[in-house]
Parts: sequence; C-alpha cells; structure tokens
Amino acid sequence: MAILSQTEAQDILKKVLSFSTADECEATLNGTIGGNVRSARNTISTAGAVDNVSLAVQSRFGKRSGVATCNEFDEATLRRCVQRAEEIAKLAPESPEYVPLMGPQKYLSSPASFAKRTADITPDYRAQQIGASMALCDAKKLSSAAFFNDSNSFIAKRNSKGLEAYQQLTNLDFTITVRTPDGLGSGYAIANYTDLAKFDAARLTRVAAEKAASSVKAKAIEPGKYTVILEPAAAVEMLSNMMRSMDSRNADEGRSFLSKKGGGNKKGEKMFDERVTIYSDPTHPEVPDLTFAGDGRPQQKVTWIEKGVVKNLYTSQFWAQKSNSPDIPPPSGWIMEGGTQSTADLIKGTAKGILVTRLWYIRAVDPQTLLYTGLTRDGTFYIENGQIKFPVKNFRFNESPVIMLNNLEAVGKAVRLGGNLVPPLKIRDFTFTSLSDAV
Amino acid sequence: MKRRDFVGLTGLAAGGLLLPSLPGFSYTAVDPARLLEPGADVIVKKRLADAALNAAKTAGASYADVRIGRSLNQYVFTREKQVQNIVSTESYGVGIRVLVDGCWGFASTSVVTDANLAATARAAVDIAKANRKVMKEPVQLAAQKGYGEVSWKTPIQQSAFEVPVKQKVDLLLAANAAALDAGANYINSGLFQVNEQKYFASTDGSYIDQDVHRLWPTFSATAVDTKSGKFRSRESLSAPVGLGYEYLTPNTAEQVRGPQGTDTIGYKLRYDMLADAALAGKQAKAKLTMKSVTPGKYDLVLDPGHLGLTIHESVGHPTELDRVLGYEANFAGTSFATLEWKAKNLPYGSKEVNIVADKLQPGSVGNVGYDDEGVKTREWDIIKDGKLVNYQKIRDQAHIVGQKESDGCAYAQSWEDVQFQRMPNISLRPGKAKMSPDEMVKGVDKGIYIAGAGSFSIDQQRFNFQFGGQLFFAIEKGKITEPLEDVAYQSNTQEFWGACAGSCDQSDYRLFGTFFDGKGQPSQVSSVSHGSATTRFNGVNVINTARKV
Repeated sequence: MAILSQTEAQDILKKVLSFSTADECEATLNGTIGGNVRSARNTISTAGAVDNVSLAVQSRFGKRSGVATCNEFDEATLRRCVQRAEEIAKLAPESPEYVPLMGPQKYLSSPASFAKRTADITPDYRAQQIGASMALCDAKKLSSAAFFNDSNSFIAKRNSKGLEAYQQLTNLDFTITVRTPDGLGSGYAIANYTDLAKFDAARLTRVAAEKAASSVKAKAIEPGKYTVILEPAAAVEMLSNMMRSMDSRNADEGRSFLSKKGGGNKKGEKMFDERVTIYSDPTHPEVPDLTFAGDGRPQQKVTWIEKGVVKNLYTSQFWAQKSNSPDIPPPSGWIMEGGTQSTADLIKGTAKGILVTRLWYIRAVDPQTLLYTGLTRDGTFYIENGQIKFPVKNFRFNESPVIMLNNLEAVGKAVRLGGNLVPPLKIRDFTFTSLSDAV
Repeated sequence: MKRRDFVGLTGLAAGGLLLPSLPGFSYTAVDPARLLEPGADVIVKKRLADAALNAAKTAGASYADVRIGRSLNQYVFTREKQVQNIVSTESYGVGIRVLVDGCWGFASTSVVTDANLAATARAAVDIAKANRKVMKEPVQLAAQKGYGEVSWKTPIQQSAFEVPVKQKVDLLLAANAAALDAGANYINSGLFQVNEQKYFASTDGSYIDQDVHRLWPTFSATAVDTKSGKFRSRESLSAPVGLGYEYLTPNTAEQVRGPQGTDTIGYKLRYDMLADAALAGKQAKAKLTMKSVTPGKYDLVLDPGHLGLTIHESVGHPTELDRVLGYEANFAGTSFATLEWKAKNLPYGSKEVNIVADKLQPGSVGNVGYDDEGVKTREWDIIKDGKLVNYQKIRDQAHIVGQKESDGCAYAQSWEDVQFQRMPNISLRPGKAKMSPDEMVKGVDKGIYIAGAGSFSIDQQRFNFQFGGQLFFAIEKGKITEPLEDVAYQSNTQEFWGACAGSCDQSDYRLFGTFFDGKGQPSQVSSVSHGSATTRFNGVNVINTARKV
C-alpha cells in the first residue's frame, strides 16, 4: 500500500476533493516504505521497518483553515477526514497571513530522484551489508557501530484550484564509527545516495577503520587560530546552518545575519570570498530532489550566493507579497560549487594546518553573527609540508560560517552529503578555543 | 533528503510550519474535543494484551511485553498579535517486544484487534529469530515480579485539555502584549500539552494502566535596534512540567527572587507567564546596550533554570550505561565514565556534589509510576560526596554491573518505537546548611550570576563543554554590579564539578527540563527534568562570544 502510483494517488485525492464543502481544499498523500538496521560493538543491536501512508486534508473557509489527517482510505474514512478538517477550520481564528491556494503549476521533471535498486532493498540486504562491515572490523580487531537506513517515498498533492503534483523519491544513509579496542582511536565515514548503485559499505568501513587506527595517541597542541581543511562531513552542517538562516522575513525584520544596518536586508551585497557560489537545483543528477515545495510552489534552479554576493533569499508566500519580493520557497538541498582538488590534494598544498574529519554537537551561540560552537571528532590530524604528520587531540571551536567563507584558501571537489553537494574547504584562521580529551 | 524534510512537505506545512519539525509528535490531527474522550477500557486492553502475549509465547518467546499507547497532544503557537497554529493530535497503536533464545524482536501496529495483535506478536518473534543468526551475546533480563492489575496517574488538578482553546490563546496573546509593551519588537509563544495513556502488560504478570500528563508554556522575545542592526532575544524562564493547567496559575509562594540587583524571578511549581513575558520584553531591549564581558576566570553562581542543562549534559548523559558500553558510539557518543574509570574511584566532583536519579519527583516530567518495561520507578544515587556510585540502567543491563534489578528507566517515545534506556530525572541535591542566593553572592569576590538556559555543546565523551545563558550579571566584592552580554563558559566535566563550592538550601530548589532529549538511531525524544538549587562554581573560564561579520 505504501507506494501509490501517480494515478492511484490522484484518484484518491480527487475523491477527497469531491467531498469538500469548503471554500478551498487541498489534499496531500505521503507514503514511505523503508527499513533500518543498527549495530554497535560489532553486533546488530536493533532493526526496524517503516510502512506508512497518510493523507492530510486542509480545508479553508475564508481566512480560517483546519487540517485533519488519516491513514485509511475507504470512502467513509475519507469523508470523515474532510468533515473533520472543515469542523476544525470553522473553529479556527482568521489568519491575517492568509494566502489563497495556488492554481495549476508547471513543475520541472527530476526522474533521477527515484532509483529502483534502492526501492528494492530487503532486510536481508541490510543485514548482509552491516554483517560484511562488521566482519572487516572484526578481522582488524576494531569495534564498529553503524546505521543503515533506506526509504522509498512518494508525495502527491491536489487542490480545489487545480494544482496537481506527484513525485517518487528514494534515499539511503549509512554512517559508521570505528573505534580501537583501547578506546584511543576513533574514525568515521558517512554516505547518502538516491541510488544504491553508488553505495559501497566496504569502502566506507575501510575509511573509518583507517581513521580509527591512525588517530591513536593523539598529541595535544595549543588551541588558537589554525588553517584547517574541513572534509565535506565537517563542512556540511556549518554551511547548512547558514543556508537555513536565509529567510527574507527574519532579515527584513532585523533579526538575521542578513539584516542591514538601518533596515532592509543584505541581498545584493558581497558578504563572502568570490569563490563562494551556492545554488539549488532539484534536477541535478547527483542530488535530485522534489520539484515542488510543501505548499505546492515550484522548486526551480535558484542561485543563493554568486561569487560571494547574496543573490536570493527564500520567503513564505505571504511575506513575498507583503514585501514585494520574489516568491522563492526554501530549498531542501544546496550545492556549493567546488573545484577539482580532492581532500588529499588540499593536504598536499598545505604548509601547516589541521585536517578535520567531522564536527559534532554544533549549536548556535549568536544568531547575529551566526557564531556556532562545537567540536572536532573521529579523526583530527596535524599537517606539515603537505603531509599528515600525527593525530591531534580534539578541539572545541567557536566560528561563524560567514567568517569561514571570507577566510577561504581553497575549495575542493564537492561530494554528496545529506542531499547537498559539499566540497572540502581549506580555511585560514579557524578559531579553536579549547582542547577536549574526548576520543 | 532526510525524512524530516520529507515530512515537512505534507499539507500540514502550509497550515503550520512548526508541526513537522517537532520530534515525537506522531499523530492524527483531531478536533480538540476528541482529547477529552476516554480511550479503550482496561478490560478491553487486558484482553488485547493477552492475545498478543499468548501468541508470542506460542511462537516461542521466553518473554514478551505489550504496550498499548494512546498519545494525545495539543499545541498552540502565536506570534505578536496573532495565532499561528492550533493543532490537536491523537496516535493509537501497540508495540510488542519479544525475547527468543536471548535475542530481542520488536514489531508495532496501528490496527488494534485481537487477531492483528497476535499476528504482530508473531512478526516480532520472526524478527528475533532473524536477528538470532548474528547474535553474539544473549540478552540477560533481570527478573521482575508481576504487579497484577495496577494503575497510576500524574497528580494533576486540571487537565490542560479541559481548558477551552480560546482561554489558552488569550493567555499567550496577553503574554505577547506584555512583552511588546515592555520593549520587545517580536515575540513567539507556544503551549505544548501532552497526555500519554499507556497500558503495559508482560509475561511476568503485570497489567499496568498509566495516565501521564505534561505541559510546557514557552516564548522567545526579541528586541531589534534597526539603527545599529543589533538584535537580542530573551527566552521564557518556565520549565516543562508534569502538572496540569494549574501550572499557569501564578502563586508568589512558588516564586524565588534572584539575588538583589538582578531583577530576575525563578519559578517552582507555578508559573506567571505574563510577569515573565513583561520582564523578558524589558530585558531583551536592555540587552541591546549591555556591557560585553571581559573574558577570564570567574566564580559562577548558577540559577537552577540554567544549571539544569549543565547537569543534563555533563552528568545525565555520561552516566547512561548504554553510552558507557558503546551502544551509542555511532551517534550520541560514548562516555568518559567507563566501568574501568569508575573502578579507580576517582572524584567526579567536589564533596559538595550529590546527584540523584529518580522518576518520582512531583511536578517533574520524568514522573511516572512504572517504566516502559513494567518496573516500578524509584530513586537512586548516581554521585555521592563527589564519587560516581551508580549508572542508569534497565532490565537487560543490570547484570553488566552486577545488579539484580533494573532502575526503572526504560522509555519509548510512542507505541511504534522500541523502548530503551532513557535518562530519568537527574538532580543535584540542595545544600544542607541554610543559604539563599543573596547570601551566596555575598561570598563572591569576582563572579558572574547566570539565569536561564542558552547555547549548549559538549563532546561525545562528555569532557569539554560550553554553555551560554539568558541573563548574566557581574558580581564584584559580594554585590551584583551590572548586567553583561556575550557570556559563555567553557570547562571540563570533572574540573567543573570539582570546582563546585556548594548549593543553596531546599527553599531555593527548582526544576529545569525538556520534552526533546534525543537519543538512538532512528532518534527518539524523551522528557526529563533536572532539579537543583542555586550553586557556586569557582574559577571557571569565561569567553566573550561577540564577533564582527
């Protein structure tokens, strides 16, 4: 039941809309089938499966709106769900930010967002992959903890103004932490794909195992400002945090790093190094994504930052109208233009610096400057004359992605992580404020 | 794309952006009136549970437990003068866990019939048998006597669901107006209301019916100076509580004034949202021009509404036995407080540090009668006179540390998730000698008083941490002198607790808490409270967090 075809889904949605007595009605079907397996101490600890379809009905009377949901699709249940949404809407206060539902939209096509191989993953396959990964670690007398999670999902939308949307997506995530038996070394690897064909558990396990073995006996060096090479797994969250802060309303209201002194926002201003270009594109073959937003707005290719200049901010429909600005929904993933150099190439070109595998427990300290704190984890190394010299103890950092992207030394080749394309970044004067004994 | 993002694309996103981002709120959206309707009768629930338990035993399980869960939630969100969202939700289903030849299996279903529960129990047995192929160490389950048919209810005076939605909206809008009048330019406020109706049955012979209530009013007020481009926020000083709507009836007997010169008020088991919002509006505005802290070593005097989060991160998490053993290594991390470390009998903190675990404190969000594997809840010491004496553990972990019983801290965020070890309330015992926050400040030569929780971050083994706060005040020669901004302190768990110079007495004791403590893969949230009285820590490293971009 979980994955409905476009026709099956739209047939249900048409029926739902036919029961509506509201001024406006929108129905969304959302289904996921998938599974996961988790291991720790070289043994499987938990395994689970997901198989859900749910319908959300939003009914509107004037500026009042109500939502009801259900997960059975016989005619009586659908009818009750619509009635409930209408009853809730009638009780709701009027929304001063009401925007009418949209009419028919034209969406881009992103066929690569679905891969049959991922949809066909079985519990046996998951166990086999985790099993092979555990065997590699057993052979090296290392301890592993890993998580494999995959999903096949669809989303279908239809409203009383004629809007119609459907898309199917697959996704898989794998993370592994490998530790040495004495607890003095720890390594990590992560992967995220639409298509299982690109997944290689053995390769990822070897990366994490090598990092674990080579991070033993880390030396303490003084915290301070260092040139760092952030591997994509270290850069991704800092950049994602910045991308999530590009809302135009917050900027216009004066409470964002994009707010301008004296009022307004910093759109059009050069805020970063000119090598920084970040865009989103739901049809990109490496990071195919949904071509419509949750409210039905089309997702297009949007340039957010071009050669260091802020080009666009995302907005709600209400705020776009009120502020007379372009109506752009927030993207679900982003792409930072990278160079051609691998992380290894970046290391070769570094006289003195620190290689960071991963950043952890990143939390906002000051939204005004986008200052974040967090720690390095699972493999931090000292680089001298283009070579990794020795592992170093983990650091706490206090740094802003805005400052980072101004102190850019080099941008490497981007790889996919968390639905984004993220390059390794070489950054000067990255601020480490204290040492951590954690391994 | 992450599941979180996908969920955010449902039709609900247009009605309210907040719902999909709230973990642990698995739901069907319902009319508010539905939240007052009773769930299934215990006679029916016992019959359903027996159907599942019998099927599990017949299929080969040596042990099985059944959790029939009905979760009712309502939240109301507003900003400034308008309502953003009101949603009421219901979730109903059953989770069945079985033990077959020492291997766990789990399955859940939302189709609650005798036949389907029996089928789900058999599916759980099949999963256990599949996992058995790669099992290395069979589960050893601590013995647990059956309690027969028992029940427990959070001691509330008034269910929040009985209060008309309009009354709740009016309260939030009045709080918003109070903050705006006092100097804030923007405010977001919300009210979370939770009722977990949980029925637990096991092959040990327990049939436990529980009715658990929790409530959390909260807001964030922001002041903006357009001319300078500066903005600052002050969040509410409320706590999530295991109470009914009575928490929102102000009572001066439940209020504690901060040290003289701070203009702060802390709240025990009753909260004055309007007064706190008015103060927040004034303080958010004042923050725009406060002095930026000079970095260095300071003696810190920490209010319970702040210290709770530091306790959570630096004592709560490192003493979870599953983390200690490595089961969370790939996500939340491990712990410095290993079994080997504990065996050395090294100090966790100074002799003033006495930390206790419990799921009993009235008003705490951890308060329940029985945990999610049918163990009666209790209180036990974690740190005594500065030494680590025990961990947090559940039935399949007790034998690892040579204990015969579980501590009663298993929890699952819903019927559809498997239960595992979760943090109970972890609290710092107050000082035995009489001491008020004012008297504590008098003894400090150069220090900072911190109220309210802010930014928080700690490493994966719980050594190095950094905490911000909501309000900071300089202390010089025993007196509060002026408010400060841009304050965060960095320390190491053992060093920090080693610098603990003592706590105020019981009369200052208050609870901090959260609904959203995350752990596990896939991640589950859990509610937890942390009690303490105002406490002093000597010579802590304070940094200045101001930057220019």
